[in-house]
Amino acid sequence: MRSILAALALTTALTLPGIAMARPVTLTTTLKNYGGNGAYLAIYVTDPKGAYAGSLWMAGTKSKYYGHLSDWYRATGGNTAEINGITGASVGAGRQLAITLDLADALFDAGYTLHVDAAVEDMRDSPNEIAVPLTAKGAGQPVQGRRYIANFSYGM
Amino acid sequence: MLRALHRWPGLLALALVTLLAVSGAALSVFPAAERIAAPQAEEAMSVADLATRIRSAHPGVEQIRRAPSGRITAYWFDGGTPGSAVIDPATGAGVASADPNPLQRWLTNLHRSLLLDDAGRIVMAAGAAAMLVLAVSGLALVARRVGGWRRWLAPLRGPLAGRVHVELARAAVLGLLLTSATALWMTASTFGFLPDEGPPPELPSAVSGRVGAPLASMPRLAATPVSNLHELSFPYPDDATDVFTLKTGDGVGYLDQGTGATLGWAEPSGWERISETVYMLHTGQGAPLLGLLLGLTALGVPAMGVTGLSIWLAGRAGRPRIRDNAAPGRAETIILVGSEGGSSWGFAATLHAALTRAGQRVHAAPMSAFDPARFSGARRYLVLAATYGDGDAPASAKGFLDRLDRLSAVPAAPVAVLGFGDRSFPAFCAYAKSVAAAAETKGWRLLLPFETVDRQSPQEFARWGRALGEALGIALELDHQPVRPATSTLTLISRRDYGHDVQAPTAILRFALPRLCLWQRLTGQGFARFEAGDLIGIVPEGSPMPRLYSLASGRRDGFVEIVVRKHVGGLCSSALTTLEPGGTVAAFIRRNPGFHAARDRTPLILIGAGTGIGPLAGFIRANASRRPIHLFFGMRHPDSDFLYREELEGWAAGGRLRHLSTAVSRGTRPRHVQDALVADQPEIVRAIREGARVMVCGGRQMAAGVAEAMTRILQPLGLSAEILKAEGRYVEDVY
Repeated sequence: MRSILAALALTTALTLPGIAMARPVTLTTTLKNYGGNGAYLAIYVTDPKGAYAGSLWMAGTKSKYYGHLSDWYRATGGNTAEINGITGASVGAGRQLAITLDLADALFDAGYTLHVDAAVEDMRDSPNEIAVPLTAKGAGQPVQGRRYIANFSYGM
Repeated sequence: MLRALHRWPGLLALALVTLLAVSGAALSVFPAAERIAAPQAEEAMSVADLATRIRSAHPGVEQIRRAPSGRITAYWFDGGTPGSAVIDPATGAGVASADPNPLQRWLTNLHRSLLLDDAGRIVMAAGAAAMLVLAVSGLALVARRVGGWRRWLAPLRGPLAGRVHVELARAAVLGLLLTSATALWMTASTFGFLPDEGPPPELPSAVSGRVGAPLASMPRLAATPVSNLHELSFPYPDDATDVFTLKTGDGVGYLDQGTGATLGWAEPSGWERISETVYMLHTGQGAPLLGLLLGLTALGVPAMGVTGLSIWLAGRAGRPRIRDNAAPGRAETIILVGSEGGSSWGFAATLHAALTRAGQRVHAAPMSAFDPARFSGARRYLVLAATYGDGDAPASAKGFLDRLDRLSAVPAAPVAVLGFGDRSFPAFCAYAKSVAAAAETKGWRLLLPFETVDRQSPQEFARWGRALGEALGIALELDHQPVRPATSTLTLISRRDYGHDVQAPTAILRFALPRLCLWQRLTGQGFARFEAGDLIGIVPEGSPMPRLYSLASGRRDGFVEIVVRKHVGGLCSSALTTLEPGGTVAAFIRRNPGFHAARDRTPLILIGAGTGIGPLAGFIRANASRRPIHLFFGMRHPDSDFLYREELEGWAAGGRLRHLSTAVSRGTRPRHVQDALVADQPEIVRAIREGARVMVCGGRQMAAGVAEAMTRILQPLGLSAEILKAEGRYVEDVY
C-alpha cells in the first residue's frame, strides 16, 4: 500500500481552458497474483478525441523498459519529461498502488478517458489494460483489468 | 601489488562471488532445457505462415514472440479472457503453459539482484567486478608462477590447495572473464548507461484505413523466416488506424493492416546489436551449449574460493606477526624476507624487534614486494633470503630478481644480504648468493658482506647482528629462538636390523602414518604429502635441533620409512636404532623437490651406498609404470648389510627394477660402488643415451668417487657428471 500525493499532476501538466478548480482524487490499482516480476504501469488520460492529454503516474523507473507500455510510449514518444516527478517503483504481483493527486474538475464528465498500460518482464505486454471514462458517477466503481490488474478505481 | 589485487577482492567478495557463481551455474541449465523442450519451426517457415496458423487456432491473437531458443509463445484475447501458450509451429496450437518458470524467475532475481531490486543489482555488479579483477589478476599471477605466458600449462608443484586453485583457474578463467565482463555490460545497460535502446521508428502519419489483408499477402511477413522473428504484435481488432508491429533480427517496423505495406522500419544500432550479443553470451539464451560451458566454469568458483582462502590462511599461519611494522614510506630500515616455510620470517621478526627497540623505524615486507619507489625514506635494506630446492626463489621472494633487474637505478641506500640454508645441501644458500651477486652486478652498495646462517643457527645470526650493529653504530643483540616446526608423533610399526657383524649397525624403520585432520589434507601440510626423496626431521629428546633423514617411502605407500645407521655418540641415531615397535618419535616433513624421481618414462640410474639406498628403494617401490631403473648399490657384506635384499628381488621379478649391480667392500675382492659402475660401462652409456637421469644418495666421499667415475665413463659421449648436473640430469642427496 503506498500513498503518494502528486500535487503536480494534471493541474500543471494540462492546460485546459477555464481551469479554476481541482480536487484530490485517489487512484487505487490492485494487481493480480500473476506469477511474475513487478509490473510497470503507466497511468494517463486521453481527451474526447482520443488524443493523449497527459500522464498521471509511472510505476517503474527504468526508461529502457517504457517501450513495453506501448500505447503510452506511442503517445508520448517515450518522453520522460512527461513523467518528471511522478515516477515511482514498479508494483509487485498481488500488491496495491494508491496515488492521490489533484485533478482538474474540468476533466470529469467531459469525455476524458483514463488509461493504464501494463507490462511485466518475460510476460505479455498489456497496453490499455484499463480504459475508463472519467465521470463523477464512475468514481469509486472498481473496474477489472485485462491481464494484470484485479481492480482499479478512482475515488474523490 | 598483484597478489593484493587478487587477495582482497577474493576475500571481501568471497560469499558474493560464490553466490553469483552457484546461482549462475544453476541458471545455465534452463536455456538448454528450453531448447530441447521447445517445438521448433521448420527450416523455411515464414512468419506469415506461422501467424496464419496461430490465428486460425486463436482468432483473438494479439502477440507472437519467439525466444532465442526457438520457443514460440502466443498471447490472445478470446471472449473477454486473456490466454497464452507455447505454440507448436507445425499446428499453430498451444502445447504448454507460457507462464514463466517460478524457480527460474526466483534464481534470476537472486542472481542479478539478491531479490533486492536496484540496491541488490549494484551489490551483484560489484560482485561481478570483483570476479573480473580476480580473473585478470589471477591470469597474471598464474603466468608469473609458472614462469611466463608460454608456460601457461606447465605442471605445478607445491601444496595441494595451491595446485587445485591454479588447475581450476586455468580451466575456468576464460569463462569467468566472459561472464563477469558481460555481467557488467548488462548492468550498465539496465541502468541506462549505454545508448543501446534506440527509439522505435516514427508511427506512420497515414494508414490505408482498410483492414483485413490476409497475413500471407503481407510481403515482409512472407519474406521473414521464423528463425529471424522476435515479436509480432497485431493491431487492435476494431481500430482501423492501428498497425502491425514487427520486430526481427533486422530491426523493428510497422505494417499496414489493410495493404500489408511496410510503413516504417528502423534497423538496430551497433550498440543494440552488441547488447544483444552480450545478453546471449551471458545467459546462454540462443547459445545453450556455451551457456552450459559457462555454468560449468562457474562451478569452479566455490572450489577456488575455498582453496584460495586456505592458501591465504596457511600463508598467514606460516609467518609470525611483526609488531609495530612502520609504514613503507616512513621506514629508515627495510627488511625484505624471502621465506618458503616461514622460518626466515621468525628471524626477520627478531631483527625487526631489536632494531625497533634501538629506536629505528623499521618496515618488514616479503621480497616479492620489493619496490624502491615505495620505500622513499629507506636508508638501508636488509635482505633475509632462504632458498627453495636447487637455488630457486622461495615463495615470498618470487619475482625479486626480475624487479631488481628492471630497476634503472639501484637504491642509494646500501644493502646487506643474509642467506639461510642447510650446509648438507649442495645448493646451500644458492638463492641468497644469486641475490647478492645480482646486487653486486647492479652496483648496489653493500652495507655488509654476504653472510649465511646454517640450519637456523642462533649463534651465526647473533654474530651477523653484531656486525650489523657495528655498521649502524648501535649495540645490536639478536637473540633468536628458532621456532620448531610443528611435529607429528610417529609410532614405529616394524624394524629390520642389519650390519651388526660389519660394525655398521643399521635399521630400516617403518612408522605408521599419523592421523591427519581435514585441514592438513586440504592444504597438503605435514604428512599429507610426501614422497621418497623428501626429508623427515626427527627431533630427539634432549636437543631442540632436528636431524634430517631421507624418506624411503611416499604417502601412497601408506607408511613412513627411513634407513638409519647408528653413529657413535649420535643422540638421534642411537635413540632411533634402539626404538622398539610401539615407541614414538616427534617428526616433521621437509620437502626436497630437487631429489624426486620425476613422473615420466625416462630411465633412472640410481647409485647409493649404505643407508643411501633408502630413497632409491622408495623410487623403485613407486615405479608402477615400470620405467627402466638401474640400481648400483654398495655394501660391506652381503650376509650382513644387504639392505632391502628381499624387496629388491621381488621388484626385479615384478619389472620395477630392470638391473641390479652390487659392490661389496669387505672380503677377498673388495669393490666400491664406483667400481661396479665402471664394470657396467656399456649399460650406463646406453641408458644415458636414452635420456636417463642419475640420482646419487650416500656419504660425501662416495658421491665424489661416483662423480669421478661417471665422468670417466661418459667421456666417450662428450659428457661429464658436471654437464649432466647443469642439465638437471644428475642429482645428489649427500650427507
